[in-house]
Amino acid sequence: MQFDQLLQYVLSGLSTGAIYALIGIGFSIIYNATGIINFAQGEFVMLGGMLTLLFLDSCKLPLWAAIPCAIAVSTASGMLFERLAIRPLRQPTPINLVIITIGGSILIRGLSMLLWGKDTHAIPPFSGEEPIAVGGATILPQHIWILGITLLIIAANKFYFYHTISGKAMRACAYNRRAAGLVGIDVRRMVLFSFIISSAMGSVAGIIVAPLTMTAYDVGVMLGLKGFCAAIIGGMSSGGATVVGGLILGILESLGAGLISSGYKDAIAFIILLLILFIRPQGLFGKAQSERV
Amino acid sequence: MLRLKNIHTHYGKVHALKNVSLRLLEGEIVTLIGANGAGKTTILNTISGVTPASSGEVLFENKQITELAPDRIVKLGISQVPEGRQVFKQLSVEDNLDLGAYLRYRSREDKASINEDREHIFTLFPQLLNRRKQLAGTMSGGEQQMLAIGRALMAKPKLLLLDEPSMGLAPLVFQEIFRVLHQLRHEHGTTILLVEQNAKAALKLADRGYVLETGKIILEGSSVELMDNTDVKRAYLGKEKG
Ligand SMILES: Nc1ncnc2c1ncn2[C@@H]1O[C@H](COP(=O)(O)OP(=O)(O)O)[C@@H](O)[C@H]1O
Ligand SMILES: [Mg+2]
Repeated sequence: MQFDQLLQYVLSGLSTGAIYALIGIGFSIIYNATGIINFAQGEFVMLGGMLTLLFLDSCKLPLWAAIPCAIAVSTASGMLFERLAIRPLRQPTPINLVIITIGGSILIRGLSMLLWGKDTHAIPPFSGEEPIAVGGATILPQHIWILGITLLIIAANKFYFYHTISGKAMRACAYNRRAAGLVGIDVRRMVLFSFIISSAMGSVAGIIVAPLTMTAYDVGVMLGLKGFCAAIIGGMSSGGATVVGGLILGILESLGAGLISSGYKDAIAFIILLLILFIRPQGLFGKAQSERV
Repeated sequence: MLRLKNIHTHYGKVHALKNVSLRLLEGEIVTLIGANGAGKTTILNTISGVTPASSGEVLFENKQITELAPDRIVKLGISQVPEGRQVFKQLSVEDNLDLGAYLRYRSREDKASINEDREHIFTLFPQLLNRRKQLAGTMSGGEQQMLAIGRALMAKPKLLLLDEPSMGLAPLVFQEIFRVLHQLRHEHGTTILLVEQNAKAALKLADRGYVLETGKIILEGSSVELMDNTDVKRAYLGKEKG
């Protein structure tokens, strides 16, 4: 086993891991603000990629314009999802919420299939396909985009939650909903906000990964699951722990695919998911009561 | 200023408030006394919109607020210091105070005046000052209570609802809290509805009081009247010292 090859696996694992981290943080933000596991999260990832394609092909927009349009539309659908599916629930019991988010996910996927068919599509990379040498390994410019954008989003996220009144209010809702209401925070508005942020982040993840992995109406299922796994490893943190969770998952997958067989790639996420849920349900780094934001 | 008219509140099948009516005039301090489980917290939560009434009316400054959500009620000028303090433990003292002013930030009020009010809280409770960056959950119960009161005051409420602010506190801290309540009344004329286990201290501070028993108001009157009432003496003042 050569060092260069190992480095190669780790590097590509890092960039898929970054994607998982973004999706995972989306799960965590909604979970922390509302207690809901949004099983439709993966669909917003899919929408990011597919809508970029739509704006590129059907509207003939250049890539730099298609991307913000796609993010805007995905975010709007996240908002609509909260308004139409979550908010009207009379009895938001956990089981009802699971059913409604899974139902929503199936609906979005179904509509996308009707609209775009079952084919897989490619989005052009953001800046060329000339490999870049890193040590003995190579990466693509798109990998750098992925890592850079992920870092930027994580930093923005941190800033929002720790340095803006709205972000602090969202954390307050996560910690103590009733007290949040009693200081004048409109908890339902914060729920809506959490869906907006998560669907925006999910769609960005879907867009930046699409040039590497292709996209189709059903990519949200696997990506959503991987993101969920990252969040579980991170103990549903919407910060560092889930990022590390995503990176661990990405690297393990890439090593597993490289060293054992690429057939095992997706199984790894399932195995980790089950192990964590059985052995450390509070996440890899969590104390029993962990700081989740 | 505040009126409750024939309020009934239920928790599922539990009938917690039975035909409760009360009123507060501007600038008054009124206390609610009653045994554990009498419904005192429920009254405050019904006013705050946390456990809305199943029938009856809550009027604040002659406006119906019976069905409003908690945040709307805060916006109108009623802040509650909840039972058990309920500070945001994982946030710093300063962040807790800032969230108290959440609606003022949202309405784009001048940051300077919010900061000024925050500093004022630190002059009311000097103990909080050198803990301003500390996580609220790491402070003592008394300090958390001070923070909870400070957080509520940051909203600049017209009416302050206090739910057992002295619960579980040492005598010195208790005095500190009551000193501040006195100060609020004298310097700011804040209207206060006070729920308190220490009926004697509460009646001393308050102008009037209501006595609650199993969800019903059984007695009301001025503090002096209530302190002289034999039933009150026996049931609520008997065990108190000093
Ligand atoms: N969440 C709840 N669910 C069911 N019953 C409750 C709940 N909260 C309070 N109660 C009941 O309502 C009554 C009044 O409670 P509460 O207002 O907390 O009394 P107090 O504050 O005077 O001690 C009690 O009988 C209590 O058991
Ligand atoms: Mg109580």
